Amino acid sequence: MTASVQERDLVVIGGGPAGLAAALAAKEDGIDDVLIIERSDELGGILNQCIHNGFGIHLFEKELTGPEYAERFIKDVMKEQIECLTGTVVTGLSREREITAVGQESGLLKIKAKAVVLAMGCRERTRSAIHIPGDRPAGVFTAGTIQQLINLDGYLPGKTVVILGSGDIGLIMARRLTLEGVKVQGVVEIMSYPGGLNRNIAQCLNDFGIPLYLSHTVVEIRGKERVEGVVVAPVDSRRVPILDRSFYVPCDTIVLSVGLIPENELSRMADVRLSSTTSGAYVDENLQTSVDGIFACGNVLHVHDVVDFVTRESWRAGKNAARFIKSGLPQCGIAVKPGKNVRYVVPHMVSGEQDVEFFLRASRPMGRSVLSIQPGLREVRQRIVKPSEMISVTLSADVIAKAKSSGEIRFELDERGTGQ
Amino acid sequence: MLVHFLECVVKAVSELVTRPKDSLGQFDILVIGGGVVGTAIARSLARYRWKTALVERFAELSFGTSKANSGIVHAGFHSTPGTLKAELCSKGCLMFPDLTSELDVEYKQNGVIMVAMSDEETDKLHMYLKQGEENRVPGMQFLSGDELRSREPNLSDRVVAGIFAPTGGVVSPFELTLALGENAAANGVSVFLETEVTGMEVRDRSIVQVNTNKGSIVARLVINAAGLYADKVANMAGDYSFTIRPRKGEEYLLDKRLEGTVHSTIFPLPTPVSKGILVIPTVHGNLMLGPTAEDTDDREDLSTTFEGFQQIFSMCSKMVNGLSPSDLIATFAGLRPASNRDDFVIGPSEQARNLINVGGIESPGLTAAPAIAEMVLEIVKDMSSDLGLPIEENEDYDPTRPGVRRFRCMTDEQRAAAIAEDPLFARIVCRCEQVTEAEIVDAIRRGARTLDGVKLRTRTGMGRCQGGFCTSRVMKILSRELGIPMTSITKRGGESRILLYEIKELLSASSDSVGAVDSDRTLSSGASVDTSGGDSKA
Ligand SMILES: Cc1cc2nc3c(=O)[nH]c(=O)nc-3n(C[C@H](O)[C@H](O)[C@H](O)COP(=O)(O)OP(=O)(O)OC[C@H]3O[C@@H](n4cnc5c(N)ncnc54)[C@H](O)[C@@H]3O)c2cc1C
Ligand SMILES: Cc1cc2nc3c(=O)[nH]c(=O)nc-3n(C[C@H](O)[C@H](O)[C@H](O)COP(=O)(O)OP(=O)(O)OC[C@H]3O[C@@H](n4cnc5c(N)ncnc54)[C@H](O)[C@@H]3O)c2cc1C
Repeated sequence: MTASVQERDLVVIGGGPAGLAAALAAKEDGIDDVLIIERSDELGGILNQCIHNGFGIHLFEKELTGPEYAERFIKDVMKEQIECLTGTVVTGLSREREITAVGQESGLLKIKAKAVVLAMGCRERTRSAIHIPGDRPAGVFTAGTIQQLINLDGYLPGKTVVILGSGDIGLIMARRLTLEGVKVQGVVEIMSYPGGLNRNIAQCLNDFGIPLYLSHTVVEIRGKERVEGVVVAPVDSRRVPILDRSFYVPCDTIVLSVGLIPENELSRMADVRLSSTTSGAYVDENLQTSVDGIFACGNVLHVHDVVDFVTRESWRAGKNAARFIKSGLPQCGIAVKPGKNVRYVVPHMVSGEQDVEFFLRASRPMGRSVLSIQPGLREVRQRIVKPSEMISVTLSADVIAKAKSSGEIRFELDERGTGQ
Repeated sequence: MLVHFLECVVKAVSELVTRPKDSLGQFDILVIGGGVVGTAIARSLARYRWKTALVERFAELSFGTSKANSGIVHAGFHSTPGTLKAELCSKGCLMFPDLTSELDVEYKQNGVIMVAMSDEETDKLHMYLKQGEENRVPGMQFLSGDELRSREPNLSDRVVAGIFAPTGGVVSPFELTLALGENAAANGVSVFLETEVTGMEVRDRSIVQVNTNKGSIVARLVINAAGLYADKVANMAGDYSFTIRPRKGEEYLLDKRLEGTVHSTIFPLPTPVSKGILVIPTVHGNLMLGPTAEDTDDREDLSTTFEGFQQIFSMCSKMVNGLSPSDLIATFAGLRPASNRDDFVIGPSEQARNLINVGGIESPGLTAAPAIAEMVLEIVKDMSSDLGLPIEENEDYDPTRPGVRRFRCMTDEQRAAAIAEDPLFARIVCRCEQVTEAEIVDAIRRGARTLDGVKLRTRTGMGRCQGGFCTSRVMKILSRELGIPMTSITKRGGESRILLYEIKELLSASSDSVGAVDSDRTLSSGASVDTSGGDSKA
């Protein structure tokens, strides 16, 4: 009953915006044998449940809904006749790019690919990941699960909700729940600044009068069978709860929007080196991981806040996977380092032979700032800097090449109060 | 004709009025409590031709303490020689290999290690070594710190010596309980769920009737295995010979990424109230840290605490390297039903003639359960002639449970074969634990009725995303297979419904939302027309 091993040129794991863009780009560059494997029954990834608009502002200069954005790429994939296996889960991946998958139509599949693009997206952080003590009743959900239950399945979790975490998904769900007649008691955020985009704070909370408790956290969940309420407390500057100022908020549902974790289980199986900061792979400017011929892009590489950047990054991953299959890729010898006030920069290695778009995040909220790229390469002004808003900078090959001698290129953020 | 009609009316009315007293039947033996102890006893009784019933107040078996513990099959060197705990633990431990293979339950004999972190502690190890010998624990060894580290490279440098007991193991406690219950039922035991014993009628020191929320039961012999409520149940029969005070234990489960950090279960030296906080490689490949030990008066308090969290990580990190809270995927707590007698309370009641108490079954109760069941069986046999229970073997008794097929444990070849046989094996529903729709359908066929029931049987939602991905998928399968709406599916029975409304429901139901909840309840408890007037709301 051993499944025979198929040989394929390019296999893309995940059919969200990242996977779709990578597949299209590789096809455009002459790779005809491309296969997308997606575990859901539909292509489109997380976008399918994002029925709000706000997708495509950068790429199409238009506010599309998630499904509309995805549809544009799915249509192209159909037109290009790229093969897609939906309802199929990749369960194994090796360094040698051997893939095992299980699907309704195909049964157990074994594939050996010349190149692989990892585009598996993220999962959500759970209650345990942030250690909320208390009872364990029904009625505690992550924001993405709630989004799926409401938008795709047509159910409401409850009638009164407290949202923990001010990530974008949580903010969007605050609005969605309110529109469905659910009372959102408030959004509780442990940091002193919101986790989501400014426009979401305005459009999803302020417009509906939903209170946002900054520097607060949930210290206890109560309810034996179903959630009955939460205890909320302010936190001090070290984020330690001040328990004698805690208060009780009754609710029947708790929604957690406390972050996303790149889904890198398959990457681990293939010994792909992962970064503890991004929880995604280390990649070079070609989006190739530490394992030859395995590429990563989209949310599995690092958590993006807008899908347009996912598409752009993934497009490059697809192009480079094609290049790898046809002629191989050059080595990248310059290490990219996050410096002062920078949490991470992707990619992690560059060559100085081509232009590169860098994505980075600040480690704290700052006013007007300057991004300097060391050693003495360039300075870029930034408006208000926030960890929630990813910064993108493109450097030309000759600028990067200046770092060849030192072998290192460093990104730093400095606050510049006024003027200059 | 008319008479018959009237009879029917009278019967119907009296049924309405006396509903809680409906008869659930007459049995030879009634077991109260569907934990590991009650189910093990029920299964042992099924070897004989007694008509046996088991009642459990929760929606499914094993939802009490038996689902929330450390899952260790203790070797038996912890308990004081001469106690029931010592005798039944060592004996129970040696029964696990056969028992788990008969029932196809996951079990691993990975051995246990008790470590000393000072010379003073090393002296105490010798005491436990001797105690183990007295309790007839086979194969125990004393090992130096370096010998231990060559076996377990992640033990910390603080560990100076230890004892190793090869017969210790790990088991999935809820799987075992569910399997025991399933096998008991397959051998003729009637199982009543969501059936809580609320009182007893006692005449001449004999229990003549047991009342439950679902109706009454008549039995010649009652076995009380009610865990945390064993004292309360005994009280109902006029027996006040022991009391139970819960001792809470919190457990912290870490990601499978850490599989292999330790191979054996690592114990510190015990404290006066517990075996200490351990590092446990679970039978499913996770690492689990715990339990704490806090006395409490609340028999329903399963909350976890910040103090517990801190205590666990600081204790475990002293023994084992590489543990970090960032790998935490789940936390839970269980309550040990500790008695005031400092030992298991097993035996015929001195107050009620036809009651056997099996109470105070705290740790190592999971390990001891199969031996407890054998002991109780002997007691039943001793009492049988007095109670009019002839001892006749059940020739049809089959100790084996048809195998559970676990996709995650299969080789690629086995997977391909399973899919060829049943295409539902190709539908992976829980991606973290790789559980397929075929397994979920099978779990429902075996009795799962709730989300937790499916989870405990198949591991859906037990992985790193904790059900974020599969919850609604599992609910859809439950809804389809059981023919119930999504909004009536519960996490674990009772009021633990997961989705309270359908979309748009809150927009149309303008104000009286409390009323909406109430009517909901009436609907789900069966559309009986309440003609009795009385408290029907206006
Ligand atoms: C609630 C929410 C709101 C958002 N709002 C906006 C917005 O307003 N504007 C905006 O621009 N961006 C928004 N985003 C961000 C954007 O949608 C994401 O960044 C983008 O979808 C990430 O794309 P991806 O392809 O990397 O991941 P995903 O879309 O998550 O796709 C990954 C795919 O891989 C599949 N997969 C994973 N593992 C396997 C496996 N082992 N085998 C087979 N298939 C697998 C998954 O099923 C999934 O379909 C939002 C995101 C969310 C969640
Ligand atoms: C944190 C912790 C860790 C532990 N670790 C281990 C270990 O590693 N190894 C080990 O051997 N032991 C361990 N134990 C002990 C072990 O879990 C218990 O000894 C064992 O589960 C007790 O089983 P039981 O059937 O008596 O209790 P339970 O599982 O609680 O079963 C009793 C059942 O009776 C039902 N019931 C109660 N009242 C009524 C009523 N009136 N009517 C109907 N039904 C009723 C309850 O709902 C319950 O399901 C641990 C315990 C805890 C709390």
